[in-house]
Amino acid sequence: MKLKGRVWVFGDEINTDLIFPHSAFRVSPEEQVKLVFSDNRPGWSSLVKPGDILIAGKNFGTGSSRPGAVLLRRLGLACMVADSINGLFYRNAISYGFPALQCPGVSKMFEEGDIAEINMLEGTVTNLRTGETRTGNKLSKLMVDILLAGGIEELLIQEGYMD
Amino acid sequence: MGMTMSEKILARHAGVPAVSAGDILTCRVDVAVCHDMFFTVAGQIDFERINRIADPDRCVVLLDHAVPAPTAKDALGAVKARAFVKKHGIKNFYDVGEHAVIHQLLVEEGFAAPGRLIAAGDSHTCAAGAMNAAARGFGPAEMVYIWCKGETWYQVSPTILYNLHGSFPSRAVTGKDLFLYIAGVYGDATNMNVEFGGEGVGNMTIPQRQSVATMCAEINAEFAIFPCDSVLREFLEERGDQEVDAVDPDPDAVYYAIRDIDLSSLTPYVALPHYIPNNCCPVADVAGTEVHQVLVGSCSNGRLEDIALVASIVKGKRVARGVRFIVTPASQKIYLEALKAGYLETLVEAGAVVTNATCGACYGGHMGLLGPGERCLSTTTRNFKARMGDAESEVMLCSPATAAASALTGRITDPREFLEG
Repeated sequence: MKLKGRVWVFGDEINTDLIFPHSAFRVSPEEQVKLVFSDNRPGWSSLVKPGDILIAGKNFGTGSSRPGAVLLRRLGLACMVADSINGLFYRNAISYGFPALQCPGVSKMFEEGDIAEINMLEGTVTNLRTGETRTGNKLSKLMVDILLAGGIEELLIQEGYMD
Repeated sequence: MGMTMSEKILARHAGVPAVSAGDILTCRVDVAVCHDMFFTVAGQIDFERINRIADPDRCVVLLDHAVPAPTAKDALGAVKARAFVKKHGIKNFYDVGEHAVIHQLLVEEGFAAPGRLIAAGDSHTCAAGAMNAAARGFGPAEMVYIWCKGETWYQVSPTILYNLHGSFPSRAVTGKDLFLYIAGVYGDATNMNVEFGGEGVGNMTIPQRQSVATMCAEINAEFAIFPCDSVLREFLEERGDQEVDAVDPDPDAVYYAIRDIDLSSLTPYVALPHYIPNNCCPVADVAGTEVHQVLVGSCSNGRLEDIALVASIVKGKRVARGVRFIVTPASQKIYLEALKAGYLETLVEAGAVVTNATCGACYGGHMGLLGPGERCLSTTTRNFKARMGDAESEVMLCSPATAAASALTGRITDPREFLEG
């Protein structure tokens, strides 16, 4: 699971309500993705290109159980890496087939627009402009299996729990 | 090697004699709960395609976030919820009229109980830790997984132990102040459990423990667990629990950190806007800050003793002009008790608006949203930018006593002026 893409840099304490605002609760999935970060970075969602990578500081995804990760995935982001990630957001990311990696110090490695190369299985993050590499928390086999299946819903369909 | 309370509950539910931090386990889940937002918000998971559920009697469905429905989309979500529980034979369904904010409902109805492993589609689920349970939030996809399979995976996290000593110095300092102090001084507990111990726990009421356990979601805690002491046992006896399957930490349990707090040294505390960890201070430091709305309610602080304390502060006085003072009880039961005790009458006479029991404005849903340039001082759980309305509004968090005192003056006010003078 090697990913390479253009980097967007966000700071500390990026919470679920910024990722998946309440204004997105009662609209269609197509409209929901346009509202990602509409309160802290209006217009950003239209700039994202498929394969882009999100880099952030500490406590990314703090807050609600609403699955912000699914909106980041549908927006086309390939994955995200942060200094630290809220446990509930992290579980949501894996469950919705969106690769997420905790890598302390990663937020200091990048400027916006740099190209990152990430090996999710090894937990390594490289800035191709500076050559700097850091290693974060490796994904467990269980989480890799869920990601490779495409998320929990796909697993449940495969196993016959959902039609 | 000894185990923490979190480790003991996980080991018990994994069917293994011992676990330690870092282990990944598959655990049987005792209770799995979803509220109306699971059914209302589009694009989360196609729950109508579920064809079998492991054990309907271990499932709970309730309506709390948007009740009675403020929009047609919310009403549609409730229609889907009612159809879902009928299709799958889920008897534990709580509709409008028998509703409560999820974390209060789990306590009132007995689902949150010592030693249990509880899963719910809500981030503040760690609230049930006040009942000596290991409880955490999950997203909609994982809730479906748990409903279908009756189990899920857990990674055992390291645990921080807060040893509490003494008792709160006065009625003006309560559980919320303790939590905001912890969050302000020690910051987040990301990927960690938080547990409480020490003789000071015995000096905290059950609602105070619920407030602290709820708020531990805001420091990113996995579980937040209180011990099962005589105060909790008395509560469980009154609730009618037949069996108590409590967990105690082993004396040689291994902790990431042990921190001591003297409850008698605490003062009223607030969280400043937009985030909580390392962003809190004594009320005295921001006293005089203008507020436009004051809100008392939520899974953190909408309980009877919170409403009683607020009523005692505002009794015979008037809310400041230009301040909207909203009180939202956490359950229909609490609403009725506050009504019978005369608290609601006192509040309305003082100029407060008492709403139906709901999550309401806490998550920006309904009844008390903010416009640009407005500041709300709130006993609710979160102060995120734009959470309670406009992106140019601010939310600061506090205890019910600080909220009540500030509603009377229109400025952030130390409640000790009203309760100790």
